[in-house]
Amino acid sequence: MTQNHQSSSSPPSVALVQPPKRRARLLTLGPSATIGAIIVAVVVLIAIVSIWWTPYGPLAVNTGAEFLRPSLAHPLGTDEYGRDVLSRLMKGTQLTLLSSLGAVIIALVIGVPAGLIAAFKRGVAGEIIMRGADLLYSFPALLAAITLVAAFGASTLTATLAIGIASIPVFARVTRSTALSVLANDYVLAARAYGRSNFQIARRHVLPNIMGVLVAQIALLLSITILAVAALSYLGLGTPPPAPTWGGMLENAQNYLYQDPMLALWPGLAIAITVFGLNALGDGVRDLLDPTLKGRS
Amino acid sequence: MQVADLSTPSVVARRPSGQPHELRRFLLRRILTLLVTLWLASVLVFLVLNILPGKPAQVILGTQATPSSVAALTAKLGLNRPLVDQYLHWIHGLVTLNLGNSYISAQPIAPVIGAALEVTGPLVLAGLVVGLLIAIPLGIASALRHTRRSGIVLSGIAQIGIAIPNFVLGILLIIVFAVDLKVLPASGFTTWSTSVTGALQSLVLPAVALGLVEGAILARYIRASIIEVLRADYLRTARAKGLRPNQALIRHGLRNASIPVLTVFGLELSGLIIGAVVIEAVFTLPGLGSLLLSSVANRDLITVQDIVMLVATTVLVVNTIVDILYRVIDPRMGLRS
Repeated sequence: MTQNHQSSSSPPSVALVQPPKRRARLLTLGPSATIGAIIVAVVVLIAIVSIWWTPYGPLAVNTGAEFLRPSLAHPLGTDEYGRDVLSRLMKGTQLTLLSSLGAVIIALVIGVPAGLIAAFKRGVAGEIIMRGADLLYSFPALLAAITLVAAFGASTLTATLAIGIASIPVFARVTRSTALSVLANDYVLAARAYGRSNFQIARRHVLPNIMGVLVAQIALLLSITILAVAALSYLGLGTPPPAPTWGGMLENAQNYLYQDPMLALWPGLAIAITVFGLNALGDGVRDLLDPTLKGRS
Repeated sequence: MQVADLSTPSVVARRPSGQPHELRRFLLRRILTLLVTLWLASVLVFLVLNILPGKPAQVILGTQATPSSVAALTAKLGLNRPLVDQYLHWIHGLVTLNLGNSYISAQPIAPVIGAALEVTGPLVLAGLVVGLLIAIPLGIASALRHTRRSGIVLSGIAQIGIAIPNFVLGILLIIVFAVDLKVLPASGFTTWSTSVTGALQSLVLPAVALGLVEGAILARYIRASIIEVLRADYLRTARAKGLRPNQALIRHGLRNASIPVLTVFGLELSGLIIGAVVIEAVFTLPGLGSLLLSSVANRDLITVQDIVMLVATTVLVVNTIVDILYRVIDPRMGLRS
């Protein structure tokens, strides 16, 4: 609607004005989205640093140093085996992010092409793809994950695959609906008249135009997959111990609530802060792309 | 003038005959979709749990078992029959509520699931009540004040609520109310037959943990929905007519605002049912979720299969009902797509 209006009223000026305007808008990410972006950056940084360095070995048992309170030597204290909680939390950031990111990538790699095909081929093929997406979407993700774990055993791979597969419909639906609105534009018609194939149109016109929506969706889905990964490892259905995952640390800490309740606090905070950051960032990016959605969840 | 005269009667005339017919077709199609979805889901669940690496009989008997005893148990469990036979047998059992016997305990599964539902049912219901008690006031208050600082604070609270997963919240509640204040039990369940108050007490913290997060999510939708209604022309008309802001909102606004909220409410209800699986693990409640997880751990796959299908069916049926209500309440949505 708005696009039609713009192009009919003053096409040349729009073309000239738009690029700088967009750049200016990108810089004005709202305050909560900025906070979200900073949180996400810090979390990612911690995950990267933990590949090479943690204060102590995350699995290093230290007899005689059990349940230490936070101190300079152990900023977040130690657990029931004297393991350094900060080191475990850092390594856990890496494991949790890798698994959640893996799930999002699986969903992205299958969901986006499926959505594109459904948008281009609106006949039987598109219908089958979208009904499949609906079926997958209606089946609860956690239940799907539990079923897969029951069949194949608990592991990082099973959990990642299960959450990734369950998330495919998210991208398939978003891609299809945004691609359809792009395909309705006159420049797509022009490209077709010029003899461009569907693949070329998807690459040159559709993907660049839906990239922003996909980025927002990646951030929002990542917050969901982090929750799912943490829930699965909390239930003992994800990465098996002693590898430090946020969910696993939480489950473990629950056994010692009477001795040291702080142990449960750290992984809980890590999950909540990261999810908050990703939600704020995702909402902010989406509001930026489509101001009419502002305030909607 | 002429155009208006021509079009109005035709619309009026079409309505009485066309709408019920269209509604019936819509209901039929929606129920058909539900049945097909359920069938496909049951095939998927069955396939995943029956084409797995380890054979159930081998797992039950352990690695020391002789091949002949494994073969005998496989035959006894009916697992040597063709997959299609096994599938049909399972579905027939589900439909007639004869869920078969556990691979591990050899006891009938149905009564075990029934006992678990005595915990999970009230938990989900209580979680729903908690969620609504939070969502409705929080959503309305933060919408009415959305331009003021207090409204921003309220929606910030909802935003934080969404970021805290229910199992983390559950553990925080245990720390505060069971470990520190010692007013409520940290885990376990007093059965209804032992003590109703005891049973209710053991459900308080789980219900709050379950309902709070879902309530926060619902509150955001209510807020967005009401903000939209506040900007609507008909609300301005109602105000111009002389209604005070609250009167206008209650009489004209809330009904319209509730329409989009209804869909989310359906999703939240499914969220509560799935969330209960996790919350039961947090509070070691002997409900359906705990039964599912222990069956996964014991590789009692027939029980897993039954529970997964039961939960999936509940969620799918709830979603269908909400979808139908949504279309019926809001005719603008149309009954076609």
